[in-house]
Amino acid sequence: MNLTYGFATLVPLPVVLPLFAAGLALALWRHPRAQHIISVAALSLVLAASIGLLVGADNGPIVVDVGEWAAPVGIDLVADRLSALMLTVSSFVLLCVLLYSLGQGVADGHDKAPVSIYHPTYLVLAAGVSNAFLSGDLFNLYVGFEILLAASYVLLTLGGTGERIRAGSIYVVVALLSSVIFLVAIALTYAATGTVNLAQLAERLPDVDPGVRMTLQLLLLLAFGIKAAIFPLSAWLPDSYPTAPAPVTAVFAGLLTKVGVYAIIRTQTLLFPDNRLDTVLMWLALLTMVIGILGAVAQNDIKRLLSFTLVSHIGYMIFGISMASEAGMAASIFYVVHHITVQTTLFLVVGLIERRGGSTSLDKLGGLAKIAPGLAILFFIPAMNLAGIPPLSGFLGKVGLLQEGVAQGTPLTWALVVGSVVTSLLTLYAIVKAWNKAFWQTAPVELPSTGTPRGMVGPTTALVAFGLALTFAAGPLYSYAERAAGNLMQPSTYVDAVFPDDSGRGQGVSSDLVEEEQGGEGS
Amino acid sequence: MSSTSNLLALVLPAAEVDPADVARTTDSIDMTPSLILVLAIGVLFATGVYLLLERSLTRVLIGFILIGNGANLMFLVAGGRAGGAPLIGTTPTDQMSDPLVQAMVLTAIVITLGLTAFVLAMAYRSWQLHGHDEVQDDLEDRRVARPAARNAPAFEDSDTEESGATLDDEASQVYDETDGDGDGETDVRDAGRAEKDVPPPGRPGTEGGEGR
Repeated sequence: MNLTYGFATLVPLPVVLPLFAAGLALALWRHPRAQHIISVAALSLVLAASIGLLVGADNGPIVVDVGEWAAPVGIDLVADRLSALMLTVSSFVLLCVLLYSLGQGVADGHDKAPVSIYHPTYLVLAAGVSNAFLSGDLFNLYVGFEILLAASYVLLTLGGTGERIRAGSIYVVVALLSSVIFLVAIALTYAATGTVNLAQLAERLPDVDPGVRMTLQLLLLLAFGIKAAIFPLSAWLPDSYPTAPAPVTAVFAGLLTKVGVYAIIRTQTLLFPDNRLDTVLMWLALLTMVIGILGAVAQNDIKRLLSFTLVSHIGYMIFGISMASEAGMAASIFYVVHHITVQTTLFLVVGLIERRGGSTSLDKLGGLAKIAPGLAILFFIPAMNLAGIPPLSGFLGKVGLLQEGVAQGTPLTWALVVGSVVTSLLTLYAIVKAWNKAFWQTAPVELPSTGTPRGMVGPTTALVAFGLALTFAAGPLYSYAERAAGNLMQPSTYVDAVFPDDSGRGQGVSSDLVEEEQGGEGS
Repeated sequence: MSSTSNLLALVLPAAEVDPADVARTTDSIDMTPSLILVLAIGVLFATGVYLLLERSLTRVLIGFILIGNGANLMFLVAGGRAGGAPLIGTTPTDQMSDPLVQAMVLTAIVITLGLTAFVLAMAYRSWQLHGHDEVQDDLEDRRVARPAARNAPAFEDSDTEESGATLDDEASQVYDETDGDGDGETDVRDAGRAEKDVPPPGRPGTEGGEGR
């Protein structure tokens, strides 16, 4: 038995801890206090483990064979730089949102709402997100997606009001469809290659007929494209997200689409490095950016406005991926990190606005800058960050993308550069419209004089501060993203980590057997 | 039935890849798919897609189940020809069937089962609230579309025609192709609640133990 406690010990924790805590929280459903403690403790530990992985993965991908079954027979979890970075940001965001919802009085305003179900479901969601980030196996990735989606269905329809059931129907049906497409893609991949292990796929896919490979790539892109809300597969998002409770919307907006983006990055770079669909992706990125933001401009409800900007800014990430270069990928990764933070923050702030002003409709709000200046600051900083005003992190991510676009210099990348700038300006327009109407104009109706609980303001402030910290720590973070992109553009790094030459792995021989054969001289 | 032919086009080349080109764990797997399985997959997908396009959640759910089963069959095809139980000692190695696809199909079936239960619960809740399980139009979409239609009368848009007395009536209208008498019975009271924005989540002063 290998009992050295290295970084590898940390790898399963982000999946196991929340799942275990979810079971515990469900068993303790009569004791809200205990549930709170369990959830916060579990997610704090996950955050600590993720930071550990972030440090550890910088020396090369960390691979763990689950249950000591060696890849490709067993399932492996792989934490490389990209996974670790995504994991760290997502667990920080998950923790902040959890604290926010605790401060809010948990989950829902309705008396009959199943509050006791909120914590277990939220933890299951966290486990699903972590599993998707860590999975080194296509089918396990599917399972991760299903875990987080099943949890998200419950969270979205929490309380079961008419409006939430309506929104939930659309969301659930679209998500089910994308899951089936993903499943079909896995079946076909297995038929073509005889494996679902990502590293082994990377070795075998180049031998597969190019037409079949293209089909597989398209199917995977289709499945992930629905999850990441890339135009024209994005219509479900602005319809379903805004009806959920504020913390739920925040965590969905921040994380769920980014899991899709992560899956696209992973499969595009590792499985299909020949990049034959990049032109298609570029067009989709352009359309996603422009059409998404035009949708945002038309909205009159802050939650929906932000949902549309969410769709729009997915385009930036796809832009970076589609350029298929190290610099483009690095900018994309940085942008994902920035966007997870800023989008979650904004939705949390909107929750505060809803609490303070009684509505999220821009027609009913007004004068908030005067009666709640703290709230105004909390909204203004991430809003400007989203629009990409220098020197904030959104600006830095965009500059990275624009630089690489200009450096590549094809007509299409130039079109994307122009599109990015236009989208950025339109984002500013939409955000300023919301700012003016909600914060500057005189209130059309008397606003209720409720306060905002400190338990909600605290985590929001922490996230705003984290967004600012991304700006100040942009140098190290960006170079980390560049190193992660460097790994991604060299799929052999990943493959070699999963199948090191000097062991029985790669032939599906477990380390126990190797030890026996070598007379126990193995580690 | 174009989806069927598309599927055939997908499955056949994928399965016809010469096993010799691709180093498989067991080299001797016969990858020629059974025509009956392929046809069954096609029929399941075609009917499933048809049902998915319906407006009633129950039918959508049946469509999802059919497609899910089609995908499961596809896994069976992906595993090669059928064989004996993959246990060492009971079957010679070269006659074993591929256990991995079966494991994956089992996982997929379990997931489908759970999600089916959830969608059924959702359809039931919808029936409790509205007396039907049809997916309604989005209020906010119409709210945004209305001023646009007002500003441009020349721009004919029959979808935003004001057919109901209020926005709620319009949005809650049911378009059931098979509903002969066309009575989209709707609990207007509930739609009215949706209009007034879902009350701000969270109760002040309850369970806000953390951070106060």
